[in-house]
Amino acid sequence: MKMMRNFVPVLTVTLVIFALWYAFAIVLNKNWAYDKATRGGYELSFTELVADTWTQKKPLLPTPDQVAVEIWASTGTAAISKWTRAEGRSISYKLSKVFGDKKSLIRHAWITLSATLMGFVFGTGLGILLAVGIVHNKAMDNSVMPWVITSQTIPILALAPMIIVVLNAIGISGLVPKAIISAYLSFFPVVVGMVKGLRSPDSMQLDQMRTWFASKSQVFWKLRLPSSVPYLFTSLKIGVAASLVGAIVGELTISQDGGLGARMLQGNYYGTTILIWAALIFAAAMAAILVSSVGLVERITKKRMGFVG
Amino acid sequence: MSMIIAALAVWIVGIGINIWIARQKPGRWQSIVSATVFGITLVIIWELVVRGTGISPVILPPPSMIAVAFARSTDILAADFVQTFMKGVLTGYAMGCGAAFLTALAIDRSDFLKRGLLPIGNFVAALPIIGMAPILVMWFGFDWQSKAAVVVIMIYFPVLVNTVQGLDAADKMQKDLMYTYAADYWQSLLKLRLPAAAPFIFNGLKIASTLALIGAIVAEFFGSPIVGMGFRISTGAGRLELDLVWAEIVVAAIAGSAFYGIVALIERKATFWHPSQRK
Amino acid sequence: MANETVIKAEKLSLTFETNDGPVHALKDVDLTINKGDFVSFIGPSGCGKTTFLRVLADLEQPTGGVVSVNGMTPREARRKRAYGFVFQAAGLYPWRTIGGNIRLPLEIMGIPKAEQKQLVEEVLDLVHLEGFANKFPWQLSGGMQQRASIARALAFHADILLMDEPFGALDEIVRDHLNEQLLELWAKTNKTIGFVTHSIPEAVYLSTKIVVMSPRPGRVTEVIDSPLPRERSLDIRETPAFLELAHRVREGLRAGHEDDA
Repeated sequence: MKMMRNFVPVLTVTLVIFALWYAFAIVLNKNWAYDKATRGGYELSFTELVADTWTQKKPLLPTPDQVAVEIWASTGTAAISKWTRAEGRSISYKLSKVFGDKKSLIRHAWITLSATLMGFVFGTGLGILLAVGIVHNKAMDNSVMPWVITSQTIPILALAPMIIVVLNAIGISGLVPKAIISAYLSFFPVVVGMVKGLRSPDSMQLDQMRTWFASKSQVFWKLRLPSSVPYLFTSLKIGVAASLVGAIVGELTISQDGGLGARMLQGNYYGTTILIWAALIFAAAMAAILVSSVGLVERITKKRMGFVG
Repeated sequence: MSMIIAALAVWIVGIGINIWIARQKPGRWQSIVSATVFGITLVIIWELVVRGTGISPVILPPPSMIAVAFARSTDILAADFVQTFMKGVLTGYAMGCGAAFLTALAIDRSDFLKRGLLPIGNFVAALPIIGMAPILVMWFGFDWQSKAAVVVIMIYFPVLVNTVQGLDAADKMQKDLMYTYAADYWQSLLKLRLPAAAPFIFNGLKIASTLALIGAIVAEFFGSPIVGMGFRISTGAGRLELDLVWAEIVVAAIAGSAFYGIVALIERKATFWHPSQRK
Repeated sequence: MANETVIKAEKLSLTFETNDGPVHALKDVDLTINKGDFVSFIGPSGCGKTTFLRVLADLEQPTGGVVSVNGMTPREARRKRAYGFVFQAAGLYPWRTIGGNIRLPLEIMGIPKAEQKQLVEEVLDLVHLEGFANKFPWQLSGGMQQRASIARALAFHADILLMDEPFGALDEIVRDHLNEQLLELWAKTNKTIGFVTHSIPEAVYLSTKIVVMSPRPGRVTEVIDSPLPRERSLDIRETPAFLELAHRVREGLRAGHEDDA
């Protein structure tokens, strides 16, 4: 499998990236270390410099291990402590304590994930419906499709603060505004991809359907929809990643409702850089898991349907 | 109430016009006219609904108010545009594409590096890189440099992946032919592989144009001197000066589509020979 | 006709390893090609005809035996630009005009610009494409594109022309036309031509020597010297001599097949 062939090169490149990360940590954090030394009136040897730059409390660039420790502290240890402290209570109570812990990355991740998934599902659903409409109705194709294509060049994410603020002002806060941004961001790739996919059957196949006097609905369910599956999945992968970005940027605007973006904003405000990185890496991990989950469903579906590769 | 009925009427008329257009013999004009009709209908309905239902213009300003705000703030909008687009986006775009291009050429000669870097590149391209914006503002300061930095990291991997794919696009037979001419690496690169890579490279450049603008604007949410499109949007939203915010969004929309359009135009010139351009 | 040897292969072999065991693409091929010969290689898939041509072009490396082109190794011959290669598909660059495409090898070989122009004109005349220098490949039909590809292979005046099923993708009428033109060209330029084909009539019509090959392992079954006159028209295809030769070739192919029971 292609994955095995690439294992050694990918591993090498990854290790090199980590090595560079540690090296850059020295470079970026050294000024702070030198300042401290000058104020304290002592000199720093190279090994002392390295040791210092890799263990600062508010480094400009935390090291991978610092970030990993912080992640574990805000997820594993936090969860365990809340779980054990609720000794003797029901499972649901314990879970509520774990997820209710304001400092826990698990809670924030869950908040971000809920907004992402809600937006993603809505955006995809509406996108598919619109795509079906565009493919079957020339008037819609003419009038709406150009806007869909153009909107991909417009920085929709720039609307995020406005959407959040406006909805908050009329009392809608929390999950919904973020979900709306996420839905908006996943909507467009899905429409474009589905339209392409629904139109992908070649003229030979469509002619074949005509010889059988198939109705438009039959052509849709038996030919167009199955043919669109590979295109749909490609768009879903883009869409889920875009939804996550939308939720996070929404949280970066207003942090009061929690979420990974909110955590990053807090870290930014208080200068606790390790926190920012922890939340960011966690978000990246979540993105990777979401995209690969879609990829997994894609592989299984494609296999079942006989699509090769 | 009458405004709502008027809005409904406009909507029906708009749909009617578009259905009529769709019934005509197919031609290229249909898309442009239909889309324009759709857009105008939307704007008119927006105006009528907002005025008719009495929604506070602070929450959702009608298009007429936005136009007024646009007209009276052109100097602010222009300054914002220069700050965000000319300084942040263009610098970051040039640097990011240049770096990605050079990296692609560097790893082109090593199959090992290619196999190692491509999966990682595809992986990173899917991550919420924009989350690094606050960190980059911390490193590079409030001014446009940090915005350019955000643009660079956002476009680097998509452009890299597309360029590497492009450099592999020349088929075996073409490469064999070059081999029979005893062409050296550079001759083969300049005469065959780069032209063959052009469609892929431009695909990357188009994607990057959109990401660049998003990156620069969102980065300004985290710190900016008192000028910039993102700055205006976030502070304007906070102060509920939504007409100015919408005017800024209009500028952003025009900038985004114009930027993409220019890249697409250059693409058409450079890849005139590709089947997709010849249809 | 000078009988100087241009290409000589002795016990040439090419074996490559696959997941299902070694594949003998070529085994112990002995062959001599003289200056001015038009040699066709014919045989079913896997008989090694394309592989042999590619070894001559230094596009594949043999695993055994010796082969020389113009007295040199294929690698040296390639470096000295001793041959032009025509592939199965025209492979013209869509971003260059026809003239630009023909100039491609000339640019790479560092031929001065003034000379380039002249060579391009000369060679376009040879393939009857005069006036098409400024057109783009997609504006030409398949047959014309392939003629342009041949022109490109002739442009730098190499003595040897290697062609790998160049007309395979074209319809029969165009093919006949191109066969005629190729013979005309050969008469004018006196090149040594190696031509791989699937078609018996084509092989018999074009060649002075027909090399019949068979697969598993890829080897030469028979080398037939053609008794037909060097100058021939398409009508020759109906003469008894032609039919007899074609019959001989067909028998040679069948024999090769029976070997691998």
